[in-house]
Amino acid sequence: MKNIEVIARKELSSYLSSPMAYIVAAIFLALSGTFFATYLAGTNYTDTSIRGFLDASQILILLFAAVLTMRLVAEERKLGTWEFLLTSPVRESEIILGKFLAGLAVLSGMLALTLYYPLLLMVFGDPDLGPIATSYLGLFLLGSACLAVGIFASSLTSNQIVSAVVAGGLLFVLWFLGALANILPDAFGKIMVYLSLAHHFPGFTKGIVDTRAVVYYLSLSVLFNYLAIGLIETDRLR
Amino acid sequence: MFIRAHSWLNKIKKTKMIRIENVSKYYGARPAVEDISFNVAKGETVGFLGPNAAGKTTTMRIITGYLMPSRGNVHIAGYNMAHNALEGRRHIGYLPESVPLYLDMTTRAYLGYAARLRGLDKAKTTSRVNAVMERCGLLEYGDVVLAKLSKGFRQRVGLAQAIIHDPDVLILDEPTVGIDPIQVAQTRRLIRELGADRTILLSTHILPEVSMICERVVIIHQGRIVAQDRIENLSAVLGGSNRIQLKIEGPAAAVSERLGRLDGIRSVTYQPPFHILEPSADSEPRTAIMQAIFQNGWSLLSMEPVEMSLEDIFLRLTAKEG
Repeated sequence: MKNIEVIARKELSSYLSSPMAYIVAAIFLALSGTFFATYLAGTNYTDTSIRGFLDASQILILLFAAVLTMRLVAEERKLGTWEFLLTSPVRESEIILGKFLAGLAVLSGMLALTLYYPLLLMVFGDPDLGPIATSYLGLFLLGSACLAVGIFASSLTSNQIVSAVVAGGLLFVLWFLGALANILPDAFGKIMVYLSLAHHFPGFTKGIVDTRAVVYYLSLSVLFNYLAIGLIETDRLR
Repeated sequence: MFIRAHSWLNKIKKTKMIRIENVSKYYGARPAVEDISFNVAKGETVGFLGPNAAGKTTTMRIITGYLMPSRGNVHIAGYNMAHNALEGRRHIGYLPESVPLYLDMTTRAYLGYAARLRGLDKAKTTSRVNAVMERCGLLEYGDVVLAKLSKGFRQRVGLAQAIIHDPDVLILDEPTVGIDPIQVAQTRRLIRELGADRTILLSTHILPEVSMICERVVIIHQGRIVAQDRIENLSAVLGGSNRIQLKIEGPAAAVSERLGRLDGIRSVTYQPPFHILEPSADSEPRTAIMQAIFQNGWSLLSMEPVEMSLEDIFLRLTAKEG
């Protein structure tokens, strides 16, 4: 447990001392803020929801998770620090979980920075806070699943670009999996819909916390972290 | 009775801090090391020698647990690295061939991270980082970002992270490569100091370094161990040279000519200020040499056997298959 914390702290300070996290956060805020505002303008300010922000950020999170996680393992392989880490008395699971937690912290920070959208709504109107709270929960869970996929991709390679492209690819496939329902037989189609990242998100925006959705995102997080741990364990067997 | 025997057994196990048994490693079908066995006793400093691509780095990566061997066993401080890797790794300080630095961190932050990863608590980390920075001459560079350090200082930081948790086993992969001569001397001195109460395995292809630092050498070539012994024994085992080195006061050319005519002398070479004689096998020409010198009125200042240098040993051993 202590090792996870040590690694997470180090990764977090690496994030904060390099421009990447700031650039990602800045672009995220600029884009999501624009969509937040334009949506409200589109309703002639009759709506007081964060729908504009949500529509944009659910896709943006996929991209940014792929970019934020690309360095986590791949860079260490390139720098040679992987040898430093793997010969220290820490478990593979502690390495991956530490890095995952650092990613989650950056994601939480980014989401926290967007809290001024609902604050603005509260100042100028009377928003329904329930759906807003569940939306943030949804974004956090979705982000967590995306980060896990990103770490898995980073564990595959020593090339950060490859990692980002693989992570982005995997995430978009998972997102649009539901579209396959149109060409597959009924039962298979339903399975694909259920397995898609997109299918479980809208509930949160309506204020519904569906256990299945929570379980789905958590399962993805666990699964891809687990796969990443398995991958780096095989590093020693090369 | 049983207890005594047990503790005695434990002692034997413990005194071998590094135990490598029949280790092989294949990359695909290609063997990188094959059937390697050797031990390093507690407190010993052993040089691990070999030409490039002989398998030195692979072997060290297996010892430190970075790679698992395809076959065979490695024990560190009595822990089997296949089953108790974490315990074993706690005892190891490792400087890999390419110094593993997070270039965006400062020296102090990096060493602190290394200390915490090796299990030191916060309070101990601060004092240990300071002590190690002082020992490695890094005190003034504590707040410098690692990317800005020169190669020599990066190497020092690499050594500092290896000893940050005061491990009893040190594995150093080419610790003096690529740094300037003054720093090389400092690094060697540091390694010798560290070796006083630690077990060290150090790889290098700089042969004089080995005779300066190490008590024993293990020589690897094409993935196999071709020799391991104390340095002085190795030259004896190889039966190598029985050459004699003389320092004589007298006209060099005449001396060469006279000594060359002696029975049992195959050749004489003059490398000022020494005459080097190569006697034929089984002859003992020393008496004849001295008489010849006295008869001519020259004086003999020194006479000693020429030790085979590590270079000679190395060339001879590795040339066998080539």
